[in-house]
Amino acid sequence: MKKQFTIAVISLLIAAGSVIAGIVVKGSDTMAMLGQGWAEAYTQSHPGADISVQGGGSGTGIAALIAGSCDICQASRAIKEKEIDKCRERNIYPVATTVAMDGVAFAVNSANPIKSLTMEQLKGIYTGQITNWNQVGGNDMKIVVLSRENSSGTYAYVQEFVLGNARYASTALMMPTTKAIQAEVANNARAIGYGGEAYFKNKASVKVLTIAAKAGATPVYPTDDNVRSKKYPISRPLFFYTNGKPAGQVKNFVNFCLSEEGQTIAEKLGYVALKK
Amino acid sequence: MSDMKKKFKFRNIVEYIIEKLIFFSGIATILFVIFILAFITYDAFPIFKTNTLQSMVFGKDWYPVPDDVFGMLPLILGSLLVTAGSIIIGVPVGVAAAIYIGEVAPPKLREILKPTVEVLAAIPSVVIGFIGLLLLAPYLMNHLDKYMVTGQAAITGAIMLAFMSMPTIISISEDALNAVPGEYKAAAYALGATKWQTIIRVIVPAAKSGILAAVMLGIGRSIGETMTVMMVTGNAAVVPENWKAIFMPIRTMTATIAAEMGETARETPHFHALFMIGVLLFTITFIINFIADLALRRVKK
Repeated sequence: MKKQFTIAVISLLIAAGSVIAGIVVKGSDTMAMLGQGWAEAYTQSHPGADISVQGGGSGTGIAALIAGSCDICQASRAIKEKEIDKCRERNIYPVATTVAMDGVAFAVNSANPIKSLTMEQLKGIYTGQITNWNQVGGNDMKIVVLSRENSSGTYAYVQEFVLGNARYASTALMMPTTKAIQAEVANNARAIGYGGEAYFKNKASVKVLTIAAKAGATPVYPTDDNVRSKKYPISRPLFFYTNGKPAGQVKNFVNFCLSEEGQTIAEKLGYVALKK
Repeated sequence: MSDMKKKFKFRNIVEYIIEKLIFFSGIATILFVIFILAFITYDAFPIFKTNTLQSMVFGKDWYPVPDDVFGMLPLILGSLLVTAGSIIIGVPVGVAAAIYIGEVAPPKLREILKPTVEVLAAIPSVVIGFIGLLLLAPYLMNHLDKYMVTGQAAITGAIMLAFMSMPTIISISEDALNAVPGEYKAAAYALGATKWQTIIRVIVPAAKSGILAAVMLGIGRSIGETMTVMMVTGNAAVVPENWKAIFMPIRTMTATIAAEMGETARETPHFHALFMIGVLLFTITFIINFIADLALRRVKK
């Protein structure tokens, strides 16, 4: 009995210690790979550092920041008015640091003859106005629309910048992660999905579409340069949100991510560095 | 006090303490259930400041972000559709399996089948979801491509849920079949009935209320299942129009709570709406289990 009690107390202390001493990073699923890559590299060059990275979506991360259960919130969208109000209620002062850029890629199955779409067509597909691939110049097949869950920053970003704040089609499948979207697109010739370009680049059976800002404009591929220059119409900054400006070990980590080494890691993982 | 009296007094005190401890353990479950209900109702109640019960239960649009539109009809019907599907698939197979195990199987085979059914019950729901997503969904999409556009649909969820609720259905049906008095069987044979006639016309009808209890508990299991349906049904909040909708993606109440609770900031309408779904789910499950309990009591008589 005494032995079990001691073990329980010690485990509790260790757990408490790791919570106190480490950096907790939560939020964007789009940035999950990025955060993990940075955390791994940082821990290698700073032994003793303890960084945990969790996904769940930008909304989940911001909710965690408001609740005080994370040090850094990764977000692929800007914080909303309602969330800022919640922050004020709890004396949280959210500060954004842009750490990388990302092109939101729209991908289809390799068997789909479609290679590019316009922003207008994307909006039509995702709001449910366009339901068959032959309406955009493809085969006679129903379109299977894949989206992220509503906790996702990418969901919110696409809704604002591609759908113009219109509602997603109720028939859209809501997938838990970008990886799940990529898996379904790879297996289903009718599917179209979106997500950070890093998740669709060079994946078997998956083709990233080139997007034209308007009908008749030249379709653009989300290369690093096109995303940085915003030539690709769906380019966005990726943020770290912290309570107040980053300080202490959080500041060290953020500086690492913004350093040349950190930005090279981001590029290697498929994201777009802030500078060339 | 004499030694004998001391011994008895001590024993009485110990007995009293043990009785009270057991009593509290017993009512602890009731208190726990009441506490959970109170907790979710407390967090669900504020939704009535902004939404009426009617708009929620009959609303067709579940669009919580960013519009705060909380029509739960697609979610309720989604849960019911998947559950109905799992019962239609699971009950015939489960009852037939119970009949086989209880009445027909040779004893050695029975020894193997019974534990295997228990093992099926022990498989974690996330593993079942994983199998459904990786094996069943592509298979269904390729073979039923006249009806299905994606493997992640209600029917995939229904089949996996049938697997999950089958152990419950089999065990309870088997108990119900065993509870039929041996005299019934003997009388039927004495009248010249074949084994099959006895089973179908005498034993199964006699075990009716037990089998009903098994069905109700299977329903309870299916409607409350979260992980499996979240992984294989596609999570599209569409109101099922007709029976063909079983081949299309739907979204259940449980998957909605699981997927959306993480991001929702506390005390927002979305937060309260999710707890409201929890209250609805609790109510439905409670009623189902209550009916099952009534039916089971009839078996025991």
